Amino acid sequence: MSGHSYDAENYWKANLRLIFGSLIIWALVSYGFAILLRPMLAGIPIGGTDLGFWFAQQGSILVFMALIFFYAWRMNKIDEKFGVHEE
Amino acid sequence: MSQFAINLLFVGGSFLIYIGIAVWAKAGSTSDFYVAGGGVHPVTNGMAIGADWMSAASFISMAGLIAAGGYANSSFLMGWTGGYVLLAMLLAPYLRKFGKFTVPEFIGDRYYSPNARLIAVICLLVASLTYVIGQMAGAGVAFSRFLEVEATNGLIIAAVVVFIYAVLGGMKGITYTQVAQYCVLIIAYTIPAVFISLQLTGNPIPMFGMFSTHTESGLPLLEKLNQVVTDLGFREYTADVDNKLNMILFTLSLMIGTAGLPHVIIRFFTVPKVSDARWSGGWALVFIALLYLTAPAVASMARLNLMTTIYPEGTSAQPIEYEARPDWIRTWEETGLIRFEDKNNDGRIQLYDDSNAGFADTAAARGWNGNELSVNNDILVLANPEIANLPGWVIGLIAAGGLAAALSTAAGLLLAISSAVSHDLIKGRLNPNISDKGELLAARISMAVAIVVATWLGANPPGFAAQVVALAFGIAAASLFPALMMGIFSKRVNNFGASLGMLSGLLFTLIYIFVFKGWFFIPGTANFPDTAEYWVLGISPLSIGAVGALVNFAVAFSVSKVTAEPPIEIQELVESVRYPRGAGSAQDH
Repeated sequence: MSGHSYDAENYWKANLRLIFGSLIIWALVSYGFAILLRPMLAGIPIGGTDLGFWFAQQGSILVFMALIFFYAWRMNKIDEKFGVHEE
Repeated sequence: MSQFAINLLFVGGSFLIYIGIAVWAKAGSTSDFYVAGGGVHPVTNGMAIGADWMSAASFISMAGLIAAGGYANSSFLMGWTGGYVLLAMLLAPYLRKFGKFTVPEFIGDRYYSPNARLIAVICLLVASLTYVIGQMAGAGVAFSRFLEVEATNGLIIAAVVVFIYAVLGGMKGITYTQVAQYCVLIIAYTIPAVFISLQLTGNPIPMFGMFSTHTESGLPLLEKLNQVVTDLGFREYTADVDNKLNMILFTLSLMIGTAGLPHVIIRFFTVPKVSDARWSGGWALVFIALLYLTAPAVASMARLNLMTTIYPEGTSAQPIEYEARPDWIRTWEETGLIRFEDKNNDGRIQLYDDSNAGFADTAAARGWNGNELSVNNDILVLANPEIANLPGWVIGLIAAGGLAAALSTAAGLLLAISSAVSHDLIKGRLNPNISDKGELLAARISMAVAIVVATWLGANPPGFAAQVVALAFGIAAASLFPALMMGIFSKRVNNFGASLGMLSGLLFTLIYIFVFKGWFFIPGTANFPDTAEYWVLGISPLSIGAVGALVNFAVAFSVSKVTAEPPIEIQELVESVRYPRGAGSAQDH
């Protein structure tokens, strides 16, 4: 396919936007909630400890899973919208 | 039936399955051998990635590390899963679209430079060899503990089994044995965890049990654990860390390293379509998460179990007498992984933190003369069924599971090593005109040689074998990941930029590791003690890979900026990997 069309450029931008948004959440749950912001979340109790601990040992993994599936699903839609999907 | 017979039955039975699969999935072409013919279903591939990824370290060591470190070691959990987000969004789909067999091949083509490809091959070989030694050694230990053979003989048995299915079936044989190995390892890991969770909390799902009430005390499990460990002078289990910069960089290094490890990346080349590569990332993480969500529960519960075994009447009462110790402590003492030394000659086992100055007075008042029980982190998972008094077949299952985890990862690594040798070195450099048949033979021979080398190194582990986290993840993070990512997301980074970027990221990381851990890990050659007060900004050598990656990016962009931009056909190549249409199966040109 021609790689320089207007559509191709928008397709790539849509992908980059989606990746950027997903990675913000990726960083927020792990580096944010689980590490840096843990003291701020210390007031939220969960099972004998605080929310930050839960994010560090459980929550971030669950969010990572959801993120990849969301990305795969959205990208397939975007592929189709721009007509670059595989037959 | 004796425990030995049960173990033999489980391990032998699982090995028969693997060999059966090998005979069924024989590789007929290089495409079969390198990428399983490119026709693997994304869910199947996700499961195979799970087994490929979860090594002896994940299965045996990780829960022990978390049990010992508590919250501070959460980095392993986040790092070894978060990398899949990067992989699924930043690398896998585009590398699948590129449609070649190996990771160095992409680097060589994208940067139109045989030298860049060679650097990538070297990085791949060092990272994968370091990694595979640990797997082989782990398999040897599992054999010697459960089948009562000498570790070296156990290692050789393991090597022969891997040899049969990896040499015969290549990626095709490895893929389907990995699926079987995943099933074995996940069942083996979760069954004891479910029972322990039931015993301690009444909740059958460990990941929920960990955050529910400890039946015996009526307190939340983690609160009870915090109480018990602090009573004995240890750090609170859930305590926050002081050096958040180091924790962030360590987590980041593990994530980027995970995404840059070639033996994981090549598994994404086996699916038919780009969209399948995205889906398999998600499925991989689902299968990995089944173990990774359970591991922290195993960690906290095993730690609590260990403490209450030693202090059955509570932490303020006397610990148990050495002569009255449970059987599992006896069994593991024989392996040397649990050691007891009666420092105050009272015949009882005092387990506490004797490095805590604030606890010294309490210990002295109780007549304690130092911690008397040292427990190797690695036994927690393996001894779990015995600690929880589970029936003998569960122990047999754990033996088969530990071996499945070690062998599946070893096979994936050996494939990455052998395809780098046969495809990147032999076909790519020495003999480009080699026929498909000739290359397949070369691939099989490289695999056989790689297995022999890995087995020998597993039996005689060199100093660097213990440095998997620093070396394998450091190199993958600092050299391979940035080169791959820039190759896809930038059209401007050229051959000079990428090569110099990889080299500087690599050297920066290695030098920082060597300065603290010894040059080439030779004991006594370190320039500074490997402790936090000497680390630059408190960054541990294990965390430096993320900084190395930054160095790589910075050098690559700056050098590319002042040198010529890549030729037009390379820019078109970058364009083409970005769009899924027209992927076709992975092939050779």
